[in-house]
Amino acid sequence: MSSTETLVKDLVSKYGKSRNSLMPVLQGIVQEERYLSEEAMIFIAKELDLSAADVYGTASFYTFLDTVPRGKNIIRVCKTISCHMTGKDLIIETLEDILKVKVGQTTHDKNFTLLTANCLGWCHKGPVMLINDEVYPELTPSRTTEIVEEYMKNATH
Amino acid sequence: MSKYLVNLKVNNIPVTVEEGTTILDAARKLNFHIPTLCYHEDLTVAGNCRVCLVEVAGSRSLAASCATPVSEGMEVLTNSKNVRSARKNVVELLLSEHNADCTKCFKNGHCELQTLSSEYQIGQHLFIDLVKTKDKIVDISSPSIAKDDSKCIRCQRCVRTCSELQAVGALAVINKGDHQRISTFLNKPLSEVVCTNCGQCINRCPTGALTERSYIEEVWDAINDPSKHVVVETAPAVRVALGEDLGFEAGERVTGKMVAALRHLGFDSILDTDFTADLTILEEGTELLTRLKKALVDKDEKVSLPMFTSCSPGWIKFIEHMFPEYLPNLSTCKSPQQMFGALAKTYYAQKKNINPKNMVCVSIMPCTAKKFEAGRPELRDSGYQDVDYVLTTRELAMMIKQAGIDFMKLEDMEYDSIMGESTGAAVIFGASGGVMEAALRTAYEIISGRDVPFTNLNIVPVRGMEGVKEAKVMLKDVKPEWGFLEGVEVSIAIAHGLANAKKVVESIKNGTANYHFVEIMGCPGGCIGGGGQPIPTSPEIRQKRADAIYAEDEGLPLRKSHENPEVQYLYKEFLGEPLGHRSHDLLHTHYKPRKRY
Amino acid sequence: METKVIKKVDTIFDVVECNYIQVLEKTLAKTADEIILDIIDSGLKGRGGAGFPTGLKWKFTKNEENAVKYVICNADEGEPGTFKDREILDRVPEKVFTGMAICGYAIGAKEGYIYLRGEYNFLKQDLQMKIDLFNSQLADRDFDFKVFLRSGSGAYICGEESALFDSMEGLRGEPRNKPPYPTVAGYNLKPTAINNVETLVYVTMICRMGPESFKALGTKDSRGSKVFSVSGDTPTPGIYELELGMPLNQFVDEFGDGDTKAVQVGGASGHCVPRKKYNDTIIGFEGIPTGGSMMIFNSTRSMYNVLHDYLEFFTEESCGQCTPCRVGCQQLLKGIEAVKKGDKKPSYLEDLKKLAATMKIASKCGLGQSVSNPFNSIVDNFREEIIY
Repeated sequence: MSSTETLVKDLVSKYGKSRNSLMPVLQGIVQEERYLSEEAMIFIAKELDLSAADVYGTASFYTFLDTVPRGKNIIRVCKTISCHMTGKDLIIETLEDILKVKVGQTTHDKNFTLLTANCLGWCHKGPVMLINDEVYPELTPSRTTEIVEEYMKNATH
Repeated sequence: MSKYLVNLKVNNIPVTVEEGTTILDAARKLNFHIPTLCYHEDLTVAGNCRVCLVEVAGSRSLAASCATPVSEGMEVLTNSKNVRSARKNVVELLLSEHNADCTKCFKNGHCELQTLSSEYQIGQHLFIDLVKTKDKIVDISSPSIAKDDSKCIRCQRCVRTCSELQAVGALAVINKGDHQRISTFLNKPLSEVVCTNCGQCINRCPTGALTERSYIEEVWDAINDPSKHVVVETAPAVRVALGEDLGFEAGERVTGKMVAALRHLGFDSILDTDFTADLTILEEGTELLTRLKKALVDKDEKVSLPMFTSCSPGWIKFIEHMFPEYLPNLSTCKSPQQMFGALAKTYYAQKKNINPKNMVCVSIMPCTAKKFEAGRPELRDSGYQDVDYVLTTRELAMMIKQAGIDFMKLEDMEYDSIMGESTGAAVIFGASGGVMEAALRTAYEIISGRDVPFTNLNIVPVRGMEGVKEAKVMLKDVKPEWGFLEGVEVSIAIAHGLANAKKVVESIKNGTANYHFVEIMGCPGGCIGGGGQPIPTSPEIRQKRADAIYAEDEGLPLRKSHENPEVQYLYKEFLGEPLGHRSHDLLHTHYKPRKRY
Repeated sequence: METKVIKKVDTIFDVVECNYIQVLEKTLAKTADEIILDIIDSGLKGRGGAGFPTGLKWKFTKNEENAVKYVICNADEGEPGTFKDREILDRVPEKVFTGMAICGYAIGAKEGYIYLRGEYNFLKQDLQMKIDLFNSQLADRDFDFKVFLRSGSGAYICGEESALFDSMEGLRGEPRNKPPYPTVAGYNLKPTAINNVETLVYVTMICRMGPESFKALGTKDSRGSKVFSVSGDTPTPGIYELELGMPLNQFVDEFGDGDTKAVQVGGASGHCVPRKKYNDTIIGFEGIPTGGSMMIFNSTRSMYNVLHDYLEFFTEESCGQCTPCRVGCQQLLKGIEAVKKGDKKPSYLEDLKKLAATMKIASKCGLGQSVSNPFNSIVDNFREEIIY
């Protein structure tokens, strides 16, 4: 059994075989594997007796349930109005410079994926980004660099 | 349970309807037509296209009449200024994301969006063209279905069809917002997913986003090629539906006119799939009796019962994907279409002195899955591709129009022999329960020497539109050679539409049902409701076609397959006996499992 | 019209005074009908933005005969400019749980779910711990109610109640046709009382202090106080609990930077109020209601950019199922771009306004219906900025 299949089986036994458990199962896979692979969606469909297209259609509705490979760390910079007003463009530029990728891309070492997101709910403390589940408000270019360098350091250890 | 009655007014006219009725249906009762796109009688209500909007007094927003139940004292306007202007806006919006290359479109003249657009006199395009996928290649990976996303208006009728009616789920809505569209698992081509090619989605697509792969030009080329002998076969369900596309009301039987039209089109031999439907009964009936004997007399535990019918190619692909463990339960009989093809290029060619190499076999089917079936590598036992081209009922109607034939005024003509004769038992193959009824008429008589114990041979319990039908037939006073069947109560089931098929197979799987013989048709209503039949289709239209099928049966002099003289001649001259050596080579096959996901 | 002078209050985040277990014990000593009457009497309206009277919602749910009912706490706070629910769940989650348990008791539900937006996943661990503690406290008192935590995964539309149910049921978050309403057929098609995070905290406060003290604040149509999320061009961005019914000019005096040219009341789906209308605008259900988002723009801001941002947001976050919203949002967005570029004449804005009006009456849910709010209020008040 592949590790993905084991993971799916574990999640399904934890949350149950009903359709209501689809979201927690999908979220659990993304938590572990960063995205939903073809293999993962097929296993889920099998376990929950859904069509694979249905699983894919549901996952693709949700911004955080990626169906394309992502890096170990997913950076999502808020692009909505308040963060726009407080300088998200500069933050994105900074990130693109450090990571040498454009928004939507993943670094060659698969360590980072750079994305934008709609309102993250920190409008009084923009610009803001999420790295995985962690939130980083009141960003400046230098602060952003520090944060990302910290993640880079952790990756090499 | 008696329902409460609700009083309301539609366009100031009072009307009383049952509680739970939608505004749409209440308005229809008063003959007010409200346009719809995402609504379809066969499907659950979506309420997402917003074309059927109406104004309800006291409400700030307009209501989708298909999705809104009536309430006491409600006052509805179906054509107010607000309604008209909003509806027009909605149609304009749909057009702005629709690739309106109408003159090049297969659905030109049959497109619901085109009709609405013309009703609302939408000339100049108000909004900005948003079609993102105009330059994308249309998915023609399937030999049956073409999917053109640039024509799609996201009504989701296809998605609901695929999951609700067919339990297949090959199509799904993906993404959200401006990226939302209808697609397959990971956007794979249709040929690589669980699609059964049943074409029910095509039947319900309001635009040209889902259409059959058309082979009209190839057929014209064959007809116009003097070196080719073009044989055409027509499926049972075509004769009760073709008229709908050519000016007749639903339920009109046009068998003779269809034969005449085919002659005018220039086909060389006009033959009938009904002939091989009769043949199927003899082969399949014998196969069933053989399996029963193995089970009851030889106590052979490996014999697979219940036996499933194998006429419907949508069903075949469904079982290959979803229940491959039940493939041994499928009758080994090829479908009538394929038996026909195999015999046309051997028996018919021999008898008529035609080189099969120069023969082109065209079949007219109510079905899109038949296009896929004809191309199966398993089905080339004549030494050639047994059936070359499959046209839907709709495509035949199109050819008849192209040829300028005034169909309604045609004089009836007769099929050619020696594969054109058929019985009423073959005709009813077109309706759900028909194969079962035909099989029982023959098998009962073979076993007992008497007619089936139903008035006028009409086995009513297996007819009708109920999704799953069950019946039991007690065998008594059988002929001595069938003694092992004395007192056996044969248990049968019939399902149509793959969602019902799934139910039946699952009930067999979990042991809650126990049958000897099960008829399954991939499409709702059976072939009369096939994916290649005229559009629209609805419960009412399917019923009319079914009624026509049974009327055709009753009107024929011969109504039992084994009485078909041409079939008897075939056995005498060519095949020998049912399940004999030659039958085995030409008329039987096996299928292989496919991936479910 | 009665107007209130701006007044900062502190009932929501006050942790010292509120012993939630006491509140719960005191409240559960009453009958369900008494509690519902108290809530109706308080005049509390939903704090998520739509403003449906909370007591009535509970009454309808209670009146449904069904062995299974649900309480749902809508914590899918996604409206741009709103961040109060995050703060509440971070600082005083027990008040939310208590409100849920009271609601469960009042309507006859044994299960309550918090649907937390995926963007707030960092709250989950702590929240789950506190939920476990709360559940055990309920169990200790033999009170048959349990709180569960569920997460979203990045979809603004799931804040729409029926889309939220769909999401919890493992479906795409596509709003349903109404009727039936959630009180009749909500989560799992069972009667469901779905309330905003903040509403549930006010329930707890009303049960602690009685409806009178709640009613003492606010106006006839807008009882009580409310948590506001203040952002944009302000020296003091943040979260404030303010009395409802205040005039906008006082708000601007308090929070503006002296150069405020417009305030977006109610988030991206709310209304843009220009300077000249500050005096006539009341923040409350009699004026402009809001889920709490107050975004302030000064004269350095281009209102074209503001509108463009909003429309981009809606274009991406529309669920996509209904025509007016899916296609309408795209057309409004492309439309103002075309007018700006000169590809379309300024008069095209009238066609777009008509389209926005269609979206308002023809869309399936509140998202599509409310896009005309920002569109019309910005285009009408800042037309020059849109064109040139």
